[in-house]
Amino acid sequence: MSDHIVSAFTEELERLSADILRMGGIVEEMIVDSCRAVLHNDLELAADVIERDPQVDRMEAEVERQIVSLIARRQPMAHDLRSVFAALKVSGELERIGDLSKNIGKRALNLDAAVFPAMRSGVARMAGPVSRQLHQVLNAYASGNAAEAKAVWETDDEIDQHYNALFREMLTYMIEDPRSISDGAHMLFMAKNLERIGDHCTNIAEFVFFQITGENLVQQDRPKL
Amino acid sequence: MDDTLGNGTTMEKGVLPDAPETSVRMSCRNINVFYGEKQAIYDVSLQIADRSVTALIGPSGCGKSTFLRCLNRMNDTIEGCRVEGEIMMEGKDINSPVIDPVLLRSRVGMVFQKPNPFPKSIYENIAYGPRIHGLAQGREDMDEIVEKSLRRAGLWEEVKDRLNLAGTSLSGGQQQRLCIARAIAVRPEVILMDEPCSALDPIATARIEELIDDLRKRYCIIIVTHSMQQAARVSQRTAFFHLGALVEVGDTDQIFTSPRDRRTEDYITGRFG
Repeated sequence: MSDHIVSAFTEELERLSADILRMGGIVEEMIVDSCRAVLHNDLELAADVIERDPQVDRMEAEVERQIVSLIARRQPMAHDLRSVFAALKVSGELERIGDLSKNIGKRALNLDAAVFPAMRSGVARMAGPVSRQLHQVLNAYASGNAAEAKAVWETDDEIDQHYNALFREMLTYMIEDPRSISDGAHMLFMAKNLERIGDHCTNIAEFVFFQITGENLVQQDRPKL
Repeated sequence: MDDTLGNGTTMEKGVLPDAPETSVRMSCRNINVFYGEKQAIYDVSLQIADRSVTALIGPSGCGKSTFLRCLNRMNDTIEGCRVEGEIMMEGKDINSPVIDPVLLRSRVGMVFQKPNPFPKSIYENIAYGPRIHGLAQGREDMDEIVEKSLRRAGLWEEVKDRLNLAGTSLSGGQQQRLCIARAIAVRPEVILMDEPCSALDPIATARIEELIDDLRKRYCIIIVTHSMQQAARVSQRTAFFHLGALVEVGDTDQIFTSPRDRRTEDYITGRFG
């Protein structure tokens, strides 16, 4: 899209989307690292993920500040208005993803070192598709690709299926050996967190799609597997 | 209140039919306007809804004011200006020879960019139109029309004790509301507004916008404005003109959040070169 007559307006919108993408990058790493910490019982990495969360919170606050100022001074319209709206909503979703990843890190610190390796790898297996969802939707945001955003939105059911499978798997371990219940409970929450992250990615996909097209995905039918 | 400002008059010479209640107040088909050799409007078709505000937006010289002036034949007064096409109101083409342009302009009133009260008292500014159109039976009747019109224009409380003062002694915003009251006094159905707030400060502008929002319950209002925010605030429908053509028309919400045409998008987001 061509530039605004007021070039500072273009720069402000570009800065906004750059900040969203930087925030998204940090959060994406938090998902991967928190699950890697679970897989390898890497307590240092888990603590590191926890420490990154306040930075994400600060970035969200900064994005909000920019947006309030931009609305007050520029009164954005049409695509600009949708961009600002999407940035506000996406930053909120990313902040939540950061919180959920931090929570996985916290739980990683509380796991028994001798927990079944299979339980650890179950959670780690789910991290791949979830972080890929986020990666893909951020790509769609960066490139303005509505089809890619819609693709993320359509595949959320796969994450849900992962979660359901993992849930049953954990129950099996806990039934086999009641001593694993404490760890199993933590693992179930981790899996639930990852499933929630998938939902947040779906929400982001909706906002990105709206920003690009001006249309609502929510009103369309999502394929159920 | 409603019966006195009802549809008692008609723009057609010597006929007094009841005005039909329709949702489309004016219907324009294939309007072309020429100033001498130069074409200013290209094949514009637009339906204008009753009891709502339609905003005409677009860059300078896009033809929005020219189009507005077609709607009460103000272009008749411009030497060398020619209007083609059909503008239907109550089943009649307003450009037809049976239509009296003076009566038409009482049915389709106009408010201009700069407030232009007559150099007479506040009272006379309002009374002049009803008097020449024979709308008042006597002094009492006229007093009532003046008060009602000033009330509707939101000016009564400010001027009721000084109706004999010159209209030009009022502030700019009050003068503009006086002009709106003057337009209302002759019982119009349509009010055309050509950048009615561009000479006013933000407070006076807000008062006019509040008034427009109130008036739309009764009248069909068409407003030309350079302020996109104003169009977004006051109108229900927005039409975007560019280079003499109607590019896009739609619900105001839709035009300002998801315009369909790239030119509309570029204009309202401030991208036009």
